[in-house]
Amino acid sequence: MVEHRPLRDLVAYLVLSLGVVIFAFPVYVAFVASTYDAATVVSGNLPLVPGGRMLENYYRAVFVGGSRFMNQPVGVLLANSFITAIGIALGKIFISILSAFAIVYFRFPFRKTAFWIIFITLMLPVEVRIYPTYKIVADLRMLDTYAGLILPLIASATGTLLFRQFFMTIPDELLEASRIDGAGPLRFFWDTLLPLSMTTVAALFVIQFIYGWNQYLWPLLITTKDSMQTIVIGIKKMLTTTDELAEWQLAMATAVLAMLPPVAVVVFMQRLFVKGLVETEK
Amino acid sequence: MEKSVVFNGKLLPYLLLAPQLAITLIFFYWPASQAIWQSFLREDAFGLNSEFVGLENYQALFAQPEYYTAIGTTVVFSSLVTVLSLGVALLFATQADKNLKGASVYKTLMIWPYAVAPAIAGVLWFFIFHPTLGTLARPLRFMGFNWNPMLDGTHAMILVVMAAVWKQVAYNFLFFLAGLQAIPKSVIEAGAIDGAGPLRRFWTIIFPLLSPTTFFLLVVNIVYVFFETFGIIDAVTAGGPAGSTTTMVYKVFADGRLGGDLGGSAAQSVVLMVIVIALTAIQFRYVERKVQY
Repeated sequence: MVEHRPLRDLVAYLVLSLGVVIFAFPVYVAFVASTYDAATVVSGNLPLVPGGRMLENYYRAVFVGGSRFMNQPVGVLLANSFITAIGIALGKIFISILSAFAIVYFRFPFRKTAFWIIFITLMLPVEVRIYPTYKIVADLRMLDTYAGLILPLIASATGTLLFRQFFMTIPDELLEASRIDGAGPLRFFWDTLLPLSMTTVAALFVIQFIYGWNQYLWPLLITTKDSMQTIVIGIKKMLTTTDELAEWQLAMATAVLAMLPPVAVVVFMQRLFVKGLVETEK
Repeated sequence: MEKSVVFNGKLLPYLLLAPQLAITLIFFYWPASQAIWQSFLREDAFGLNSEFVGLENYQALFAQPEYYTAIGTTVVFSSLVTVLSLGVALLFATQADKNLKGASVYKTLMIWPYAVAPAIAGVLWFFIFHPTLGTLARPLRFMGFNWNPMLDGTHAMILVVMAAVWKQVAYNFLFFLAGLQAIPKSVIEAGAIDGAGPLRRFWTIIFPLLSPTTFFLLVVNIVYVFFETFGIIDAVTAGGPAGSTTTMVYKVFADGRLGGDLGGSAAQSVVLMVIVIALTAIQFRYVERKVQY
């Protein structure tokens, strides 16, 4: 380093620690609220240390469900969120690795056109085409289905661009070698390209899992049955009862449960997460 | 860049492209063209008949005072969120770049909010600032400040901005930190030898060298504020009170809801599409060339 002053390090520690505390504070309060009974939360005098109702609240949220806000226990919503998020992540990887393979390793008429058709979807987030997409999904009879939750969200250019970029860095000698061995395109894809791409696949999976888990507007529109809802929109539904009646301790338990899987992914797969985040944005 | 060695195949490449193209055409191009087409139509209240009305939906839209309010709200909201989240992230990133012990732990503790869904981030902040239940609303009231985001538009705006910034700092922090770590130490040392202090080095060396990152983040953040904060707004304020947090995206949703004004909603979608296309074009034009000195 240029200069080393203990005082500057101390300032850095203080600033960062303050930031960490501010970041964690809302989640901590939510957790504390999820460990008390409804009366304590509603009184507006929530203590700053956790109470003793944690197991009871989480058990009720996951397996029983609240009485007023909805008839589905959170366990069902969690399962829906897992299915949707994993479906979106795997679906995106599947269609984008194949299309990137075609675009990079083949020459055929309309190759550029196909690339641009995919590329332009970067500019059409679901929010700007929301009602027409809803109508199409309704016409295809996919409301309240996993297909309806997953399919419209898996088409996007990011995965294709990411794989294309990665394939371009793979030396041509590998392709020549496997040709000499008599391998056709599919054999090359399966035996050479796919094993080499595993880190990229994993990074994309991590990013897309978080993306899929956190979807809000789309599941909100196309699910009408409580049993098909994801956990993120389940929380909103819990709070739309007039808020004096809302069971905040259960809502906060649900919020904690809804945050846990994606946050765990970021914390425990940080290297892949950072790689995916940085590379999908290139 | 192109591969020089490729496979020959007549049918196979099309088969490989088919799944993605099918999904793209069905769920992107079809609805997007529907949105454009609908923006020129007017449907009756039951959605049974529609007639071509040319630019009437657009004229009606731009004659609506509420639309200008929504544009104003979007500008205020996006500038606040973008400037605050970039500023805070840059502050933390410069501190985390100082070769500290435990730097990786700090990094982890800084980036996890990225994984929290916008709607949940909104619910968390709504809870701590809830006028009667909120842990932080009580001290505010105690100090004689009449805090109520459910009735006061400015308070509501402050609340959604805080939630949106809280969630976005993590992302910006990560990119700023990577940008800072990519700056060659020799350049900074050269500045130090010439007698420049830490602050001067930051503004004359580090900040200019960071400009590609900053510019890239600026565009990404604007897109984030436009679209992904929808969940925060819907969960916290639902556009209220009295429309004071209704952004342009929220208005597309609210106006078209329950088969309301589909033509007007579609016209707003088209306006948004134009904005996103412009932003993306700017991003590619400048980020590809790298803003640098």
